[in-house]
Amino acid sequence: MINNSKCFMLAATLATTLLATSAMAQDAGGTLKKIKDTGVITLGHRESSIPFSYYDDKQQVIGYSHELMLKAVDAIKAELKLSKLEVKLMPVTSANRITLVQNGSVDLECGSTTNNTERQKQVGFSNTIFIIGTRLMTKTNSGIKDFSDLAGKNVVTTAGTTSERLLRKMNEDKRMNMNIISAKDHGESFLTLETGRAVAFMMDDALLYGEMAKAKRASDWTVVGVPQSYEAYGCMLRKDDPAFKKVVDGALAKAMTSGEAEKIYAKWFLQPIPPKGLNLNFPLSDAMKKLYKSPNDKAFE
Amino acid sequence: MGYNWNWGVFLQPAASGGDTYLGWMFHGFKTTIALSLSAWLIALAVGAVVGVLRTVPNKWLSGLATAYVEIFRNIPLLVQLFLWYFVMPELLPESLGNAFKQSNPFMQQFLSSMICLALFTSARVAEQVRSGINSLPRGQKNAALAMGFTLPQTYRYVLLPMAVRLIVPPLTSEFLNIFKNSAVCSTIGLLELAAQGRQLVDYTAQPYESFIAVTLAYLVINVVVMFSMRWLESRTRVPGYIGGK
Repeated sequence: MINNSKCFMLAATLATTLLATSAMAQDAGGTLKKIKDTGVITLGHRESSIPFSYYDDKQQVIGYSHELMLKAVDAIKAELKLSKLEVKLMPVTSANRITLVQNGSVDLECGSTTNNTERQKQVGFSNTIFIIGTRLMTKTNSGIKDFSDLAGKNVVTTAGTTSERLLRKMNEDKRMNMNIISAKDHGESFLTLETGRAVAFMMDDALLYGEMAKAKRASDWTVVGVPQSYEAYGCMLRKDDPAFKKVVDGALAKAMTSGEAEKIYAKWFLQPIPPKGLNLNFPLSDAMKKLYKSPNDKAFE
Repeated sequence: MGYNWNWGVFLQPAASGGDTYLGWMFHGFKTTIALSLSAWLIALAVGAVVGVLRTVPNKWLSGLATAYVEIFRNIPLLVQLFLWYFVMPELLPESLGNAFKQSNPFMQQFLSSMICLALFTSARVAEQVRSGINSLPRGQKNAALAMGFTLPQTYRYVLLPMAVRLIVPPLTSEFLNIFKNSAVCSTIGLLELAAQGRQLVDYTAQPYESFIAVTLAYLVINVVVMFSMRWLESRTRVPGYIGGK
């Protein structure tokens, strides 16, 4: 998990500021035109967002979001009547994903990105692909049952996530005196929890179940607590590009209303998944059922 | 590119802490300085000792010092940081390791980062010290010994006063490097300057303003370091040597 993304980001940010003019020219025709002209689409994916977008043991990108993203790619290919569309994959992190979509490095990112109004100022979002609640993972014998038990303890969350924000706010509003550790990615957050640096890990429930699937002994861990927020995951694309968004939205809506999405859901949440063959046993929530019936791109906050 | 510039973002109240985003940046700025300066002091002290040991006639001592330098110089900084932060507490006796891991996370991150940066840089400082000593004419050491100085006295009164003044310019770049290297510590969650910049992006979705501000802050630090080291250099340069009058 060696990652020099910070240094890289700095360099990339400066470089793209300088190159902004050329990017502008490219954006004039929208993402669809760019894909048609180059015959290439670059997809952003995550490295350890189980089961949404992650590497399997052969370093192939797999996951629920990734499969839906490939559906969108098929639709793009059909829309542009291309016989061949080269798909490039680019790993992104919580910290660099928005910039990479903005500067044109990534055309479409489906992982575990929350659609919220703040982010909508910078990027566009497709139809919602998943709805989660933010909860806690802890050791089965830690005695922690809910957020109120965290007062005065070390708690970990992943940097750049909505959970981090909620946790800090809760810490202040309720004067809980928690020590909040912001880890670089979900894998590192779990490592922090596993090595006893923190008693609990706050994150999106589906991701917590995903981390459990990676753990040495899944039965040591449990997910507890009343969800502190509900969030809508969407695919990120460039802002103000209605033509591209329409194709992606159309593909996602078709998958959802046709029942295909539910099959993909079952594959990733109700059956054993790589790398350890663990079953997340995460049943389809009512919110998700509603989403599949009437796909939409509404953010929760 | 459809980017919304908003420089006013720094004065907005931050998402938590009753502070502005500028306040967050300043907090990171202070952490970077505290971390780099404390690591630098340790690096100077350890580096000076190891550098001297590399040049002594005793094969065991110089061998030990060489091993130290090669280990700390040849393992990537990021790997060293992960070793100090993630692996070290697991190697300690269990009760001590657990006590460390359950202490205030900021202190854990700060201490791991400080030790890591200090030892990494000390290996590089040691090399500068060694090259400073080796660059002196051999006659100086021999003359001192012939005058009846002991070996420690030779180092203390003859070799080091010269060597230390000669290596001020190369030490300047090590001093600059330690500030830049400290950005690596954001990977273990330490909220220094680079991490605050990244956090600002997460909270405000304004990456360009944030990274430009971070860049300027590093620039300010390094310009100050550069000029103060240049001042020190002009005060200590040796007449007759490179740059001397």
